Amino acid sequence: MKRERATDPFDLAVETGETSWALETKGMCVDYGAFRAVKDLTMGFEKRQVTAIIGPSGCGKSTALRAFNRMNDLIPGCRTEGQVLFHGADVYAPEVDPVKVRRWIGMVFQKPNPFPKSVRENILWGARINGYSGDEEELVEGSLRQAALWDEVKDKLDKSALALSGGQQQRLCIARAVAVKPEILLMDEPTSALDPISTSRIEDLLEELKARYTIIIVTHNMQQAARVSDRTAFMLLGDLVEYAPTKELFLNPKDGRTENYISGRFG
Amino acid sequence: MSAAKSRAATGARGEGSFLPNLGKRQASGRRWAAAFAAATIAAVLVLGALVASIVNDAFGLVAMEFTVDPATLAPGGDIEKLSDAELVAALEDNLKSRRLRSLGNEKPLAERERADLLALVEDEVIGWEVVETFSLAESLFGRAGVDAFMAAEHPEAKLVFRSWVNARFLAASQSATAIDAGVRSALIGTLMTILITVATAFPIGIAAAIWLEEYAKDDKWNRFIRVNIYNLAGVPSIIYGMLGLAIFVRALEPVTSGAAFGAAADPTGANGRTILSAGLTLALLVLPVIIINAQEAFRAVPRTLRESGYAVGATKWQVVWHHVLPAAFDRVLTGTIVAVSRAIGETAPLVVVGASTFLTQDPTSVFSKFTTLPIQIYQWTARPQEDFHNIAAAAILVLLVLMLSLNAFAIILRNRLRAKKRFA
Repeated sequence: MKRERATDPFDLAVETGETSWALETKGMCVDYGAFRAVKDLTMGFEKRQVTAIIGPSGCGKSTALRAFNRMNDLIPGCRTEGQVLFHGADVYAPEVDPVKVRRWIGMVFQKPNPFPKSVRENILWGARINGYSGDEEELVEGSLRQAALWDEVKDKLDKSALALSGGQQQRLCIARAVAVKPEILLMDEPTSALDPISTSRIEDLLEELKARYTIIIVTHNMQQAARVSDRTAFMLLGDLVEYAPTKELFLNPKDGRTENYISGRFG
Repeated sequence: MSAAKSRAATGARGEGSFLPNLGKRQASGRRWAAAFAAATIAAVLVLGALVASIVNDAFGLVAMEFTVDPATLAPGGDIEKLSDAELVAALEDNLKSRRLRSLGNEKPLAERERADLLALVEDEVIGWEVVETFSLAESLFGRAGVDAFMAAEHPEAKLVFRSWVNARFLAASQSATAIDAGVRSALIGTLMTILITVATAFPIGIAAAIWLEEYAKDDKWNRFIRVNIYNLAGVPSIIYGMLGLAIFVRALEPVTSGAAFGAAADPTGANGRTILSAGLTLALLVLPVIIINAQEAFRAVPRTLRESGYAVGATKWQVVWHHVLPAAFDRVLTGTIVAVSRAIGETAPLVVVGASTFLTQDPTSVFSKFTTLPIQIYQWTARPQEDFHNIAAAAILVLLVLMLSLNAFAIILRNRLRAKKRFA
């Protein structure tokens, strides 16, 4: 297939722009009407690493995550200021179509939400609408293997995705997200609706996925953050309190509030 | 300290105590449940009374008199048993020669169909005439009274049990005598009208609902539009009739009469008072209801489903088309069919739009004059003759069956779509 040279500045940036961070925010604020949920967030996410964002309920961690791929655009009354840089291009620049952003920065949600279609269609839909022209069977198998789901569902690819168990559905959502070949995967408390066994399978999966993707995971489970992430950010009331390598943050927190939170004194 | 003691201590410390009131709470619940059951029973009773009164009129004994006793034509009076030749002979024996000539001019008797011959013998030779009708209740439980009345008033008449709903009633058109009248033109009129209503209101309604729910910004203008659509759903139907009269019958007459397409089907001059006008008027009537229903259906699609579409890089339209519409379609469909079955029963707007009350011909196209079942029922009920009330009841049964089958169709379709949604 002849590949056309990108003309759109955002496409061009994705193709050629190289930065040290996979994603970088500069002074990002998110407002719900008059309420500022995320205050002046400036941080960078390392490539091919798992970064966890922790914090008590309502600290703005999910809001921040959803701001990275412009998911918040769908919520009426939600405004984002500042910059979110992907390959050096601001995803909030006026000429950037949010649809394009989400194709590069995929998302997995708190509750497994597969499409009410067959397992195969769940994988293929996103690829098709994005103009995928390769071998569909290969894509289905490849994506399901990446999500460690292939062996369990290879005989029921044409069955409804809703017939799978909760843990399988969530891994299907991960497979669906990787099927469009994104660079970054955002995960919004992906295991909070799952049982411990399904949770540990997904945690194991993150270890494999980070070889290919940059993963940003929001969790209110501190043990999970400690287990799966390379770096951890602690947020409180919309502020980024502390951001450090996971070991350092948990063993040797610099901020008193972080220490109080991870030692279970509040939250 | 034991748990019981500590609870007692809490009470004693003056933080309030708990009275044993469970019996009272349960009793109050039981009283409410009884009230709900009573309401349901009242509703069922009212519905039962409605159906009973219709059935009471639609079936019953009929006293008939005749000019020629069928027993003289066929043994036991059963003319069905006669051969074609015998039927022709019966006609030739009993009809005036002038009538025979004119029938022969239309089509020679020998070449006519058997059903045609039977009808001719019944109508022209035997000449059934209804002199008295009785309700189903009278026929079943007051037979002695009926017999006494008949002996006194019409000793000559023959008493037969008649179902006013019968194949003939469905196949015949309007007539000056109740026993010959049927609902055919009205049934065809109703079906054609509703087809036009659905064909226009459904796509426009869905499209408007998609715009309002998925695309329109939540600003002052759109809120104004939304509120007014809700209000429109509550406007009395006769007002829609006035609107239809002004727009479709008068202003758009060249279009609704078909003149603009060179296809004025009705030489008698329907002007704008055609099936097309009626269908479009009813479409106006159901449009707000369809829009509101569809909006509710789209709103009920969970946000997580939309988000999962957006998260893989779908555009808004792709999410709406591939996910929101299929997920909401069963509800949209049910809402539409409920609205449409309401429209089937509408009378007032069609009276204003100019439904014909006496139409003996079937509509030939959407530019024909029209009548519908409710109009026909209205017209028959308004007549003083008893037997017209019987056929009005029969027509009501036809209308009810039509609506019930439409609803059944809707439910089956919805269940199919639901099942598909679940196990796709």
